[in-house]
Amino acid sequence: MAKPAEVSVESPALDSERPPKSGMPAGVTGAATWADDRLGLASLLKKNLRKIFPDHWSFLLGEIALYSFVVLLLTGVFLTIWFKPSMAEIEYEGSYQLMRGLPMSEAFASTLALSFDIRGGLLVRQIHHWAAMLFLASMTVHMLRIFFTGAFRKPRELNWLIGVGLLGISLIEGFAGYSLPDDLLSGTGLRFVDGLIRSIPLIGTWAEFFIFAGEFPGSLVVARLYMVHILLVPAVLLGLIAAHLTLVVYHKHTQYPGAGRKDGNVVGYPLFPVYMAKAGGFFFVVFGVSILMGATMQINPVWNFGPYNPAQVTAGSQPDWYMGFVEGAIRIMPNWEWHLGSTTWSWNVFLPGMGLLTGLFVLLGAWPFVERWITGDDAEHHVLDRPRNNPTRTGLGVAGITCYAMFWLSGGNDILATQFRLSLNAVTEFMRVAVFLAPVVAFIVTKRICISLQRADHERVLHGSETGIIERSPDGGYSEPHRPIHTDEKFMLTQHAQGKVAEVTPATDGNGVLEKGAGVSKTRALASRWYHAGVIDKPTADEIAEADHHANGHADGHDGDHQVTESETSGQISR
Amino acid sequence: MSIEISKPGTDLERHPVPDPGLEEHIERWTDVDKEAGDRAYRQVLLMLGAVPVLAIAFVVIYFAVDRTSVVHIFGLEWDALTFWLGMTGGLATLLIGLACVHWAKTMMGDEEIAEDRHSAASSAEDRALFAKEFAKGAEQSGLGRRKLIGGALGGALGLIAVPAVVLFADMGPWPTAEMRKKTIERTIWAEGVKLVNDVTRRALKASDLEIGQLVNAQPESLWEHHGTEFQIEKAKASIIIVRMDPDRIKIPDSRKDWQVGGILCYSKICTHVGCPISLWEQQTHHLLCPCHQSTFDLSNSGLVVFGPAARALPQLPITVDADGYLVARSDFTVPVGPSFFERDSSGDFKEGDR
Repeated sequence: MAKPAEVSVESPALDSERPPKSGMPAGVTGAATWADDRLGLASLLKKNLRKIFPDHWSFLLGEIALYSFVVLLLTGVFLTIWFKPSMAEIEYEGSYQLMRGLPMSEAFASTLALSFDIRGGLLVRQIHHWAAMLFLASMTVHMLRIFFTGAFRKPRELNWLIGVGLLGISLIEGFAGYSLPDDLLSGTGLRFVDGLIRSIPLIGTWAEFFIFAGEFPGSLVVARLYMVHILLVPAVLLGLIAAHLTLVVYHKHTQYPGAGRKDGNVVGYPLFPVYMAKAGGFFFVVFGVSILMGATMQINPVWNFGPYNPAQVTAGSQPDWYMGFVEGAIRIMPNWEWHLGSTTWSWNVFLPGMGLLTGLFVLLGAWPFVERWITGDDAEHHVLDRPRNNPTRTGLGVAGITCYAMFWLSGGNDILATQFRLSLNAVTEFMRVAVFLAPVVAFIVTKRICISLQRADHERVLHGSETGIIERSPDGGYSEPHRPIHTDEKFMLTQHAQGKVAEVTPATDGNGVLEKGAGVSKTRALASRWYHAGVIDKPTADEIAEADHHANGHADGHDGDHQVTESETSGQISR
Repeated sequence: MSIEISKPGTDLERHPVPDPGLEEHIERWTDVDKEAGDRAYRQVLLMLGAVPVLAIAFVVIYFAVDRTSVVHIFGLEWDALTFWLGMTGGLATLLIGLACVHWAKTMMGDEEIAEDRHSAASSAEDRALFAKEFAKGAEQSGLGRRKLIGGALGGALGLIAVPAVVLFADMGPWPTAEMRKKTIERTIWAEGVKLVNDVTRRALKASDLEIGQLVNAQPESLWEHHGTEFQIEKAKASIIIVRMDPDRIKIPDSRKDWQVGGILCYSKICTHVGCPISLWEQQTHHLLCPCHQSTFDLSNSGLVVFGPAARALPQLPITVDADGYLVARSDFTVPVGPSFFERDSSGDFKEGDR
C-alpha cells in the first residue's frame, strides 16, 4: 500500500455541480406510506439504509461465496425438475446413441437426459458445477483473508466459528451433489466414502449399514444424499449465512488501516445507493461469469465415464478439488493397521480421513481463542492487521496453506509422476516428509519476510522514499536523497499496536489473595515470547521527530555533513 | 470491554504519528469533466441497452438451434445450443452487473463517509436493566423455591431426544455378527461356481490364459441377481485371474492347491478403501490400485509391497471341473474389501506365512 511521496496539487479545480436534493418521487411516496403504515419500516431503515461499508477488493471474496450460493440455489431448482434420485435399474432409451440399451440407474439416465434431451440442461448442469467450485474456492480464500488480517479477533470470534461451520458443511454439500449422478466417477467417490466410514473405530460398520441401508452400494444412498443435498444442508447453510451476515451488519465491517480509520469508526460509502448498485451489480457479475464458464468450459462429462460399475475404475480418478487434500492424505498415509483379537483398527484410513478433517476444523475453530490466550488481548478490533505486523500469525497461516498444498498435491501423486516422469513411489515418499517439513520451512521464510517488510516500513517512516536521483558531492561521493513520505502514509505505517511479550506474573495481588483472570503463567509467557520473537519495534514519536528534522536540514542544503547516504539508511534498524 | 480510543496526539506511544484524519476528497474525472461524465452515462446505457437484444437472441437460439448441432471455436467442437445459450445469457447477465458497478463507480457520490462505531457489548445500564428484568422473571418462575422443576424439565427435555434418535434405528439392517456373516463377510463365490469373463460372460478354461495375461472375471451366478442386488454382489465378487510362470512365483504350502498351473485368482476389490484394482505390471507381477496406488505382489500371495493398503489381497481358491473349466473351490476365506472394525484379520495372509 505504498503511496507516491507526493501528489500533484494542480488538479483541474473545476466546480462540480450536483442536482438539488429532492425528496422521494410521488409514486414512491405513496407505496412507501402504504407499506410503512403496515410494517413500520421507516424506523428500521432510517439508520440502515445509509449504513456505511468500507471499500476493498478483498471484501468481495465473501460476496462471491454468497452470490455463488444464490446461483447454486437457482440452477439447482432447475435441475430438480428433471433429475430422478433413484438407484432403480432401467435400460437407457434416450438420445445418446453410445449408451442405448445399457442398464443403468434412473439417476444416471436422468442426468443424461438433462445433458442431451433438455434444451439448456447441459448449460445449467455445468453452471451448477462451476458455481459449486467457485463457492468453495471463494469461501476458502475469504477465510484466508479473514485469518491473515486478524478479522476474527474480538468481537468477531463467533462469526469466525460460523464461517468455519459453513466451510465444513459446504464440503459435505459439495460431495453429496457430486455423488448424485451415479456415474462411474461419483460411484468410485462413494466407494471411497464407504471405506472412510467403515474405518471409524467401534461404530464404523454400524454407520456404514445405517447410511447405505445395508451393504455398499445398497439401493437408497442416492435418494438419501439427494435429501441431504437439496434440503437438509441447504437449510442449515441458509440459516448460518443469515446469522453470518446479521453479525457482519451488527459489528459493522472491518476496515484496512489508513488516515482517519480507527477502531471507533467505519469509513466508506453508504449502502443506498452505492453498495446497492455495487454489491447488487456484483451478483450479476458473478452469475454472468458462472454462466460463461458453464457455456465454454466442460465440466463433469458423465457420458464419458458411463454408469457406475463396481468392477471398474479409471486411472487418474480424483475428487473435485476441495476434497483433494483428504484424497492426498489417504494416498500418502503409511499402511498402519492394528489387528487386536477379532477387531481391525484401520488407522491407515481413519487418521487421514476422519482424523484430518476433524483436526483441520478443530484447529481453525480454536485459533482465535488460542491467539487471544497467547496475546492476552481483550480489546475490540475493527481496523485490520497488515499481515506483516503479525509475523507469527502470518507465518502460521502460510505454513497451514503449505501443508494443505502438500496434501492436495499428494492427491495427484500419480499425475505428478506421469507428467514429470518421476517414480510414483518416490513422489509418495517425498510427500510423506514434505507435509511435515514444508510447513516449517514456510513458517520460517514467511516470518523472516514479514520482519523484513517491517524493517522496510520502519525505514520508510524515518527516511522517506527513494527519489531515484543520484547526487554527486564535490568530493566525489555519490548518494541518493530520500524524500519524506506523506503524513497519511506515515500514520498508516505506524498505527498498529505494538505486541508486547507477557512476563510471568503471579495471579495474586499484593496481599497474596488469588485474583481471578490476573497473572501470567509460565506457559503463557513462553508462548508469548515465541509469538512476539523478532518483531521490529515501530519508530517512536521522538525518532520520527528527529528523522524529520534531519531530512529537512538535508533538503535545505545547509547541512552538508549529514548527507543521507545509502550506507546510512540501511542497517540502522537492528538494536 | 470497549473499543480502544485515544484522542489524536495524546498517546504518542500508541500513535507516534497522530491520525491526520480523512484524506481530502479528490473529485473524479467524470465529476469535473462534463464530457467524461456524459461518456460514462452513455456507457452504462449501452450496456443496459444490449441486455434486451441478448435476451431476445437467447430465446431465438433456444427455439431455432438444433439440439444436435455443433460449433467449432478455437479448433474445439462445442455443443451449439449450450454454447450460444450460455454466451447470450451469460453476457446479458454480466452486462447488467457491469452497468450497475460502472454507474456506482463513475456517477454516484464518492465522498467517503465516516460512521461511528459502538462497542458490540451492551451498555452497563442495559446490562443492569436486563439483570433486573431477569431476576424478576426468575422470581416469578418460582424456581428459586421449587428447584426440582428445573432439573425435572432438563431431564425430560434430554430424554425426549431418545425416542427421536431411536426412530432412526431402521435406517439400515443392524450389522450384528449374524448379519455380517450374511453380508459383508461373504460373497456369492462357492464350490463349483464357474469363473467367467466379466464382459463376454464366457466360462474360462485354463488353456484360455497365456502366461502374463490378466482377465477380469465374475462368478457365473452373478447374473442371477438384478438391480441393486446385482451391484452389491458385484462390488464384492469381482476378481482378477492372472497366469504367471509357476517357477517364478512363490506359492506357499497352504495354497498349493488354490491354483491351477500358475493360474491364480484374487479379489479385485482393494483392501484399502475398496476401489476395483486393475493396473497390472506384467513383468514384476505387481498389481496397482489406480485410486490410491496400493501395490500388491500377486506372485507372493497378494502381499502389499507399497501404498496405504494394510492387508494382502484375498486369494480365491480355484481348481478345474470335469469339463476343464476354472471353478471356485469355495468362497473367499476372509472378507474382501476395506477393513471394518469387527473384521477378524487373523486369517489374512501375512509375510512369512506358509
